[in-house]
Amino acid sequence: MAARGTESTAAGEQLAMTLEFGHFALVLALLIAGLQTVVPLAGASRGDPRMMAFARAAALAQLLCVAIAFGALMQAFIISDFSVAAVANNSNSRQPLLYRMAGLWGNHEGSLLLWISILAIYGAAVAVFGGNLPARLRARVLAVQGAIAFGFLAFTLFASNPFARLDPAPADGAELNPILQDPGLAFHPPMLYLGYVGLSMAFSFAIAALIEGRVDAAWARWVRPWTLAAWTCLTAGIAGGSWWAYYTLGWGGWWFWDPTENASFMPWLIATALLHSAIVVEKRDALKGWTILLAILAFGFSLIGTFLVRSGIITSVHAFAVDPARGLFILALLIVYVGGGLLLFAWRAPALKGGGLFAPISREGALLINNLLLATAAATVLLGTIYPLILDTLGEGTVSVGPPYYNSTFMPIILPLIALTALGPMLSWKRADLAGALGRLRLALALAIAAALLAWWLHGGPALALLGVALAGWLFTGSLTEIIGRSRALSPGGLARLRRLPRAAWGMTLAHAGIAIAILGMTGSAAWKQEDIRVLKPGESAEIAGYSYRLEEVTPVPGPNYEATRARFTVSAGGRQVAVLHPEKRFFPVAETTTTQAAIRMLGIADLYGVIGEPDGKGGWTVRFYYEPLVPLIWIGFLIMAAGGVVSLSDRRYRVGAPQRARGAATAEVKALAR
Amino acid sequence: MTHKRRRMLYVAIGLVLLGSATALVLSAFQDSLVFFYSPTDLLAKPEAAGHAVRLGGLVEQGSVVKESDGVTTRFRVTDLKKSLLVAYKGVLPDLFREGQGVVVEGSLLPDGSFRANEVLAKHDEKYMPPEVAKALKANGEWRPAAQSQQQPASSSP
Repeated sequence: MAARGTESTAAGEQLAMTLEFGHFALVLALLIAGLQTVVPLAGASRGDPRMMAFARAAALAQLLCVAIAFGALMQAFIISDFSVAAVANNSNSRQPLLYRMAGLWGNHEGSLLLWISILAIYGAAVAVFGGNLPARLRARVLAVQGAIAFGFLAFTLFASNPFARLDPAPADGAELNPILQDPGLAFHPPMLYLGYVGLSMAFSFAIAALIEGRVDAAWARWVRPWTLAAWTCLTAGIAGGSWWAYYTLGWGGWWFWDPTENASFMPWLIATALLHSAIVVEKRDALKGWTILLAILAFGFSLIGTFLVRSGIITSVHAFAVDPARGLFILALLIVYVGGGLLLFAWRAPALKGGGLFAPISREGALLINNLLLATAAATVLLGTIYPLILDTLGEGTVSVGPPYYNSTFMPIILPLIALTALGPMLSWKRADLAGALGRLRLALALAIAAALLAWWLHGGPALALLGVALAGWLFTGSLTEIIGRSRALSPGGLARLRRLPRAAWGMTLAHAGIAIAILGMTGSAAWKQEDIRVLKPGESAEIAGYSYRLEEVTPVPGPNYEATRARFTVSAGGRQVAVLHPEKRFFPVAETTTTQAAIRMLGIADLYGVIGEPDGKGGWTVRFYYEPLVPLIWIGFLIMAAGGVVSLSDRRYRVGAPQRARGAATAEVKALAR
Repeated sequence: MTHKRRRMLYVAIGLVLLGSATALVLSAFQDSLVFFYSPTDLLAKPEAAGHAVRLGGLVEQGSVVKESDGVTTRFRVTDLKKSLLVAYKGVLPDLFREGQGVVVEGSLLPDGSFRANEVLAKHDEKYMPPEVAKALKANGEWRPAAQSQQQPASSSP
């Protein structure tokens, strides 16, 4: 701070103090994390209640320290203190406040601090709301959380310090990458991190259970809300990320199988599998070892994602450009946590006795197939993501793996899964009547065929798209059939019964119906999107999908830290004006970068999408239009899925601190005694 | 069915699934891998013509020309030894500039020119695609001094 000039003011000194205080708090957090790992573990094995109780205090103290560090760095970003390297490299005094704040996680160092802050929040949540957990389990869960925090705090402090200073401080900063200066970026990374880091809870519970050597229905009920919360945030974060890509990249696409997208998608697939297998543990006391394995892998995939994105070893539109030494550090963390977890699993899992037997055709059987398909799908995505890396390491050349790979591997695995999603909930536990379940899906089958025929009549194909429409219709109707059948909603008193259904049942119906809706949107985007690129002069029009786009004018518009070129299109159908679009190109002078702001207008269930490009020097402008039928359904479907997660989370059985769980704990203790 | 036999059944189902996934993956790798070449490499590999490949290098200074239709751009991609003429119909990414690193995906036509159906954008204008940096290095044309402004932005001191 003193380097800014000769007039090193008292206020400046105070700011520097705040920063150093934040840095110090982060070091303190590292020490606390170390203690939080060692003391409760020792206490749990000795049965010392005071040492176990230390875990709660440590988790809260850690949150306090990390929050101070986060606040100090946030303040540096807000007041544009360019003596901090992270601020100078990623912020500029002319940026609007929102993007100065978002700049904190728009870079490697700051985003790690966000990662750690969220981890501390989860740890403190166990300390505060975990009152009904057995003391020993809670101590061990918090100890594992402490161990994770320790590794990431060490990584932050020793290899990616967000408080590193610059001397002399530059007069102004290098600006946050303009393409990241967008509300979508301000919100989707924290959401994704809530998901990634939330999976650490499942991991900690799994490790604690392995140390204890006991997994039972109560354990499944404790681990489920955390996994569900993480899954819900991950779902919302992925949806937010793909929405951001959709409107900010100006390519009219919403998913590119980019390594960073895959990095968020793989943990999502495994977390989805985990949510389903935990039900089997809870209800039927089976699939225990498998569930523990999934809990370890889910967090493992989060770490793999972190590694892939931050090590700079893959080419991605998102990858932070960072040096390989950091990648090595994350790889070491990955090996310690996941490798250690798997070793512990190999050693202790045989002690987990499976309870409930079930026939292949049963709810358990269906959930097992669901798990196998999801895990296989995650494996193919992983292989596609790291294959270029493997070939490169072997010196076999540089390759890229694109959508064709995923279309021919991921799709054949995921399509049967979607078909089975409607059937699974119809099957009863232990032994099910397949013919009966299929019989109840008659209406769903009829509607699926009708939907496919309608799509064929409207668009004529392709076959895969008709299959997509049929699957969407099948799953949507099947989900509704299930909840109506379960509550006998159509017979007298049905509405009351529908209301009395457990929230978890509603959550499942919403999540499955959300998938169906999203699939319809994805099908529309993949099969029936229309695209046109041409040069238009003001006053000329172009027609696409029955809509006529007239370029009215192109005007310069000043922004807070950019110069925009804004076009105005009036869109008309059948001679009637239906929409006005204002796409922009923005030039950021500090970063010398231009970004595209697509203009999107939702009309019915289709998007009209317009982009303005370069001038041709003769009074015309390159313009691009997309007609995106059904595409809004993708995000609507994702939001419904996330809403299903929230509704299920509010189920009384899983509510944090619910008395039922304490009773569950009591029975578990009794069971343990009876053994 | 006994417990053991039932478990074997599930393991068998799992293996069948994994097996079919492996088959899918292998067949997909056969025809959907996109190899990366520098102009020198691609010109030395005429058998790559017609296949989808990625071509990376620098956009040659002064080579960018707009066609009369207004939406097709022609430019040369160079590794400073050899260069290839690329035609691309579409809107170029915001970070496309002469002298900058670029990666294009498309295929080599029989006449020796390259038709791109995608020009890849990067989030960061100071960022050199690693493949391009590697190809330039392999050619001995990597000049760290000249490229210094293309070093990653966030590798702070």
